[in-house]
Amino acid sequence: MATLTASPFSIDEFLLAEREKDLLRFSTAGSVDDGKSTLIGRLLYDTQSVYEDQVKSIEGKGTTAPGQIDFALLTDGLRAEREQGITIDVAYRYFSTARRKFIIADTPGHEQYTRNMATGASTADAAIVLIDASKGVQIQSRRHAYIASLLRVRHLLVAVNKMDLIGYDEPTFRAIEASFRAVLEQIAADTGTPVEVRFVPVSALKGDNVVHTTSAMSWYSGPSLLELLEALPSARETRSEPFRFPVQRVLRPDHTFRGFAGQVASGTVRRGDEIAAYPSGRKAKIERIVTFDGDLEEAIAPLSVTLVLDREVDISRGDLISSAKAKPVVASSVKASLVWMDQRPLDVNRRYLLKHTSHTVPAIVSLIDHRVDLGTLRHDPALTLRMNDIGGVSLHLLRPIAVDLYRDNRGTGALILIDPETNATVAAGMVTEAQLQAVAGDEDESAAWGRVTAGEREARWRHRGGVLELAGPVELIDAVERSLFAVGAATCRIDAGKLESLQHLGIVDIVTDLQTRSGLLTILARPNDEGALTASAGGFEISASADNRMHAVTAVHQLLERAGIFISPEGADL
Amino acid sequence: MPVAESERVKTSRKESTSPSPRLNHLRLLEAESIHILREVASEFERPVMLYSIGKDSSVMLRLAQKAFYPGSIPFPLLHIDTGFKFAEMLAFRDAMARQVGAELLVWRNEPAIAAGTNPIVLDTKRCCGLLKTQALLDALRHYNFDAAFGGARRDEEKSRAKERIYSFRDAAGQWDPKNQRPELWNLYNARIHPGESIRVFPLSNWTEMDVWQYIHEEEIPVVDLYFARERPMFVRGDALLPIEQDFVARPGEKPQMVKSRLRSLGCSPCTGAIRSDAATIPGIIAELISFHSSERANRVIDHDQEGSMEIKKREGYF
Repeated sequence: MATLTASPFSIDEFLLAEREKDLLRFSTAGSVDDGKSTLIGRLLYDTQSVYEDQVKSIEGKGTTAPGQIDFALLTDGLRAEREQGITIDVAYRYFSTARRKFIIADTPGHEQYTRNMATGASTADAAIVLIDASKGVQIQSRRHAYIASLLRVRHLLVAVNKMDLIGYDEPTFRAIEASFRAVLEQIAADTGTPVEVRFVPVSALKGDNVVHTTSAMSWYSGPSLLELLEALPSARETRSEPFRFPVQRVLRPDHTFRGFAGQVASGTVRRGDEIAAYPSGRKAKIERIVTFDGDLEEAIAPLSVTLVLDREVDISRGDLISSAKAKPVVASSVKASLVWMDQRPLDVNRRYLLKHTSHTVPAIVSLIDHRVDLGTLRHDPALTLRMNDIGGVSLHLLRPIAVDLYRDNRGTGALILIDPETNATVAAGMVTEAQLQAVAGDEDESAAWGRVTAGEREARWRHRGGVLELAGPVELIDAVERSLFAVGAATCRIDAGKLESLQHLGIVDIVTDLQTRSGLLTILARPNDEGALTASAGGFEISASADNRMHAVTAVHQLLERAGIFISPEGADL
Repeated sequence: MPVAESERVKTSRKESTSPSPRLNHLRLLEAESIHILREVASEFERPVMLYSIGKDSSVMLRLAQKAFYPGSIPFPLLHIDTGFKFAEMLAFRDAMARQVGAELLVWRNEPAIAAGTNPIVLDTKRCCGLLKTQALLDALRHYNFDAAFGGARRDEEKSRAKERIYSFRDAAGQWDPKNQRPELWNLYNARIHPGESIRVFPLSNWTEMDVWQYIHEEEIPVVDLYFARERPMFVRGDALLPIEQDFVARPGEKPQMVKSRLRSLGCSPCTGAIRSDAATIPGIIAELISFHSSERANRVIDHDQEGSMEIKKREGYF
């Protein structure tokens, strides 16, 4: 311990300083070529986060000039694994400075990039996007920036690396900055999430502007990458945001105590606050905030605490305790951005399990609204989403959940989809729209008396009664019927032959009218051999080419919305 | 109880905690770990916590107390006893379980122990395979546990850097690195088929430094073997070997008294001590800081041991 006695080191001062440190999580993405491993290796080395023997073990190895350390070798676990054919994946690394502790979610580029980048970005407060100064803005950098923005990583640090290769040339740096700023504006317009961005010219190899600022670029007077990381606001400040607390577990050690254990997802809760529990919407006041270390007056995100209420309220795991003022939306239909992560593509007729906060509900992807082309940011129509695709979808849930938009709340707006057969996590989702339930959650449907009303049917089936006339290829009619079934519509199909019999008897109107009054959606199917599908409902008519089945099906759903049979999100928001 | 309470520098967290608007890194890590413990206890039918008596287990146990307070820990603790644990460790284990009020299960591979399995007769690898890995798998199967908490951390070694918090094991208890699920936000996929199980690592994001700082702040009892004392050791070059088991001695070898401590607690024949003056937790933390810039010599044994641990983990232990 010679080093300790030689310097005026005081362990007590060190421990006091440690207490003031917070935690910043950031993600990196890129391939070996970008110099990403070198950058991380340099961060670890220059912050003295590696053991000396580790450095010794790589000295004289690697691909760098004699006398230079190949910092990429410090994070070389991945390369070895690639040789062994093990899945390339997110690796977590840890280091700390005198100011704060850091967790790096290190995601390799190339293979499965989107899936891994999304995983790394999901918990990150900041992202380092790498651009190779000698190559300019590449697709990889755009992709990373897009995913960071989609996952709401608030701070982007753009490291323009390999400045040494271009003679530390300022105009080249400025040109890259200008062109990438334009890309970021496009991205923000698409994802709806503006990011705060800083550009730093660096050479990870030489150590310029990674940890220490450099004299090699006198034209740059800004901070180094690490100085920026140290100065960023810590874990997103949610103190003043609406209070959200998903219940993980009801604690009942004896008959005198009943508390709800969970982690504050956002905002602040104080003793005496009025809260509401969703989906029921029932209200109560906070009597105690219990922890092992004693009761608290207030708890902020992301503390894990146990709440005791002032009255008996039926709350169980999966319920959301929330501020009574700023409410979540209780919804059984949501729109979401999905990142598809499974080898098996998205199947619109399949039932998935949706995990959101602390509960799991069966769900169906009722529509694929679009697929994002990450090269051009164009929204293309799509029949499915494949591994690493990103798209917008409509989800129908078999039980309502209390959600916020991901834009407003990362904790209560995020979801994953699980394949119930393979148990694989197949998608990550971010809620972009949530449709308020037609019937207020605190009215118990089954407890009602008397004749079943139109409103109750509507609440259950999520549509009104009506007639949909379809003419076109029979496969297309089948697809429409199936898609309606998939979203839980109560349909009754009358095929051409039966329709003729009814017409012969002159009772078509009587039958469809009875069905409409019963809230059913009647499909009058007239198959033909033409190349288009004609659909009409409620006085509206559309015609869709049979070449694009997904388009045709989508058009029919939109028609039903226009005809007032499907309850539109706009109407329900009132 | 063999707990070094008296020598600890008392700087209680509670007396100095001002209502700071910011949560420090330990509070953030604690909140994350408690969330994980509660999720697993709620989503699995038969969870168990592997309790190895070491510093990481001690932190994990405290977090479990916190997660379910004022209730008691809703799952048992499981200790895999190889028969070569330090006597001090076993006494500490029983005292802790009583104090916490948790059910303690101890599992030993009795046939292997009866057959005289030890790391000198067999090599270390096969000894561990029988006394640890086999014992663990047998215990999990015997009790039908579907989730097992372990105290492993991602900063321990390169291969662990990519480990999930929920690590899936097939019906044979083995890890398929190609079949791990993506983990996003704090949404853990807890679905398993019958016979499958998961290992859960609530301390994934903690570093060795975090663990010691937390032990210090929370005044968590740890085994006295962590603190430097004059202890009888076999001295072999830089290596210090505890005299706990007589078969460790070479012919004619005599123990010497050395001021030393253990950096990690394992089986006595395979756990080397280090020369140290660190008799308090702050002393240990100061020593840990010095490791970053000091010679590797004083932790040669521990380092070698971690290398072999890595291989064991791949084969299904952890």
